[in-house]
Amino acid sequence: MTVFVIRRLLQAALVMIIMSLLVFGGVFLVGDPVEMLVADDADQAERQAIIKSMGLDLPFYMQYLRFIGNALQGDMGNSFVFQEPAMELILERMPATFELAIAALLIAVVIGIPLGIYAGLKADSWMSKTIMTASILGFSVPTFWVGIMMILFFAVILGWLPSTGRGDTVELFGIPVSFLTLDGLQHLILPAVNLALFKLSMVIRLARAGTREVVHQDYIKFARAKGLSTGRIIGVHLFKNIMIPVVTVLGLEFGGLIAFSVVTETVFAWPGMGKLLIDSIGFLDRPVIVAYLLFVVGLFVFINLVVDVLYSVLDPRVRLQEVKS
Amino acid sequence: MKALRRLGLAAVAVSAMTTNVLAADIVIGIRSEPSSMDPYFHNLTPNNSMIGHVFERLVEFDSNQAIFGGAAESWKPVNDTTWEFKLREGIKFHDGSDLTVDDVIFSFERADNYEGGNSSFRTYTKGKKLVKVDDLTLHIVTEEPYPLMANDLTTVMIMSSEAKGTDSSGKNKGISAKDFNDGTATIGSGPYKFVEWKKGEEIVLEKYDGYTGKVAQPWDKVTFKFIKSEPARVAALLAGDVDAIDNVPTVDIERLKKDPRVTLSSGISNRVIYLHLDQFRDVSPFVTDKAGNPLTSNPLKDARVRKALSMMINREAIVERVMEGVAIPAGQLLPKGFFGVSPNLKPDPYDPAAAKKLLAEAGYPDGFALTAHGPNDRYINDAKILEAIGQLFTSNGIPTKVETMTKNVFFKRASSGADGQPEFSLVLVGWGSGTGEASSPLKSLLATHDKEKGMGASNRGRHSNPKMDALLNQALATVDDAKREKLLAEATDVGIGEDMGIIPLHYQVNTWATKKGIKYIPRTDERTTAFDFVPE
Repeated sequence: MTVFVIRRLLQAALVMIIMSLLVFGGVFLVGDPVEMLVADDADQAERQAIIKSMGLDLPFYMQYLRFIGNALQGDMGNSFVFQEPAMELILERMPATFELAIAALLIAVVIGIPLGIYAGLKADSWMSKTIMTASILGFSVPTFWVGIMMILFFAVILGWLPSTGRGDTVELFGIPVSFLTLDGLQHLILPAVNLALFKLSMVIRLARAGTREVVHQDYIKFARAKGLSTGRIIGVHLFKNIMIPVVTVLGLEFGGLIAFSVVTETVFAWPGMGKLLIDSIGFLDRPVIVAYLLFVVGLFVFINLVVDVLYSVLDPRVRLQEVKS
Repeated sequence: MKALRRLGLAAVAVSAMTTNVLAADIVIGIRSEPSSMDPYFHNLTPNNSMIGHVFERLVEFDSNQAIFGGAAESWKPVNDTTWEFKLREGIKFHDGSDLTVDDVIFSFERADNYEGGNSSFRTYTKGKKLVKVDDLTLHIVTEEPYPLMANDLTTVMIMSSEAKGTDSSGKNKGISAKDFNDGTATIGSGPYKFVEWKKGEEIVLEKYDGYTGKVAQPWDKVTFKFIKSEPARVAALLAGDVDAIDNVPTVDIERLKKDPRVTLSSGISNRVIYLHLDQFRDVSPFVTDKAGNPLTSNPLKDARVRKALSMMINREAIVERVMEGVAIPAGQLLPKGFFGVSPNLKPDPYDPAAAKKLLAEAGYPDGFALTAHGPNDRYINDAKILEAIGQLFTSNGIPTKVETMTKNVFFKRASSGADGQPEFSLVLVGWGSGTGEASSPLKSLLATHDKEKGMGASNRGRHSNPKMDALLNQALATVDDAKREKLLAEATDVGIGEDMGIIPLHYQVNTWATKKGIKYIPRTDERTTAFDFVPE
């Protein structure tokens, strides 16, 4: 186990270094941040001064080495736009995104698994067919459009839920969260559902496929023969076995939820990291873009590790030492 | 919460007739979040409009960019190179301390020496020496006669010299941008106090009861929410989550006009949308013959060709069809009513026959082919405008390809491409006159590009005419308003009228939408300010 974790961490470091070079090189090639930031009527000398203060007058390799040097000391550089540490900006926005992603994941799991199991057990009923058709829609309709439609329907026409922002927050262990206030919860519902739709459809499909496979296995037949109740068979024996693919995929997808909640956050003006990323790209705020992407890479590596460990807990046959990744 | 807000709105109607008995709050959905609350950090419209609620300037712009006294009550030139400013008596900062000339000098020092910002106010502070006469009297001395003094002073805000910061390095007087963002140093004398900034979400301001200036204070509490997505901003207004929004997308204007819950307020801006044409290369990279082979000469260097291109543009049709009626055809750098506009210049009429004749005179009877470039996310409908122009050129014998790209790629290439020179042959861009008069666009767009003198900084076509430069320089040194206005108009007559140095297309019109019961007094400087939202 320890060996496994250490090996994975070393691989992670390598991935991070390669990513930093790719990302840094990528954003270096695009546009000129000074053009984005400088006032229209600034003269040439003023422009030159800003270029210098941002270190953009240096050649690429110098800029990169400086960045790596600082990054090794935990400093990812200052945002061009806000002139505050890029990592601080990201961490400041992180709770909002995590809250949204966790809410979306909960919705996907709590609704998706029962629906999927049902569709798997009674594959031919009209109810199952409805569920499966709806899940195709969930896959294929763009998040942006669904978000706008949800705002139109629930906020503009019905007036039930607010259309924008995060609402009131309270501090939980020093982190601001909205789900503990009524106003915050109301603000959370639409974006969380919007973000969950895609994952929900996927969970339904995974759970259904798993159920259909597992339900014909010998141990289910044996359990039935032993006279166990249907509830116990589904709730314990079947449930545990279909969870393996679901956990794997959801683990990876959770990273995706956090990293790329960009669209939902933009539509609902949710003050999370995704909105920060989009704004930063608009302004060519290179340090924030680089820090964000590296952060996301780190996150993915970490989640993968957690998933592998969870795997061994769910399925004792898997031995971590043997996992060659 | 919502009910409370409605109550607040009802109160507006009442308070308009009686005195302010009930509390009135407003929630405004705006597109752009400022990058800082530090008044000298970033000279950019979203910052200047937001921070302008909290801090006063010596001189302020009204909604038409006409100047009036802010912290200064009066000003006059005492000799050719010295201006005297008298401060309003009894100004108090939000913390109760007095605003004196010392604070003004402190503010100018911090602005002039600002380190590490995104775009400083040095353009407006340089070459000015501030001398204290007494607590309320200030002399500003320049080397040369400087007529634009009052206009320049509409930019620099006045902070308290007693503000405490946390920057131990002593940079920027020991006060960092962060100290302003969390409210530590955000102590001004403006009509509103800073309450809180939730990054990415909202900024909350509160009425300052001790304010004695001329700006109205129609609201007790102001919340600015940042909603970047266009449809989401409109939806937030319709859902009642915000009371007002700025930058209404033109596609929604027709529909919102018919909505009985909404009031629209539109106003012309100081921003002209125009074309730059390559006038510095003998062979321009994106101008070819009709078969796509390079030409031996650059037709865009010929004023007659530029005039012909201008006459091929059907400005009325672009305004009508592309801009949904919300723009005004342009014939020069600023719309009528601004200081220094020429009475002689009208938008060129759409006249393909005359254009053909001019082309033939210039030696291009068969026309040529070109590629036009522009941004697709910077100005209202920018890509669509350029496509319309491309079609108009093509149908009049100049086959034109149109390439648009995202602004953060476009501007780099348009100002300094691979070899440090503007890369394109013909580009669509816009210019807002920060000073509210004609010298700003003349200086930046038409004056000969000169790094040393800071002239022609955004002259992406590198147009150059010594005659216009001379008129402009003379204007910039003329203190007498009437004479200066005439010189600026003459310079425009040369730069646009004779030379067609750039081709003006239209003046942008901005639209704000509010709930019934409120309206916005549109600002030409494109700012969205709480005090310009008034009961209908």
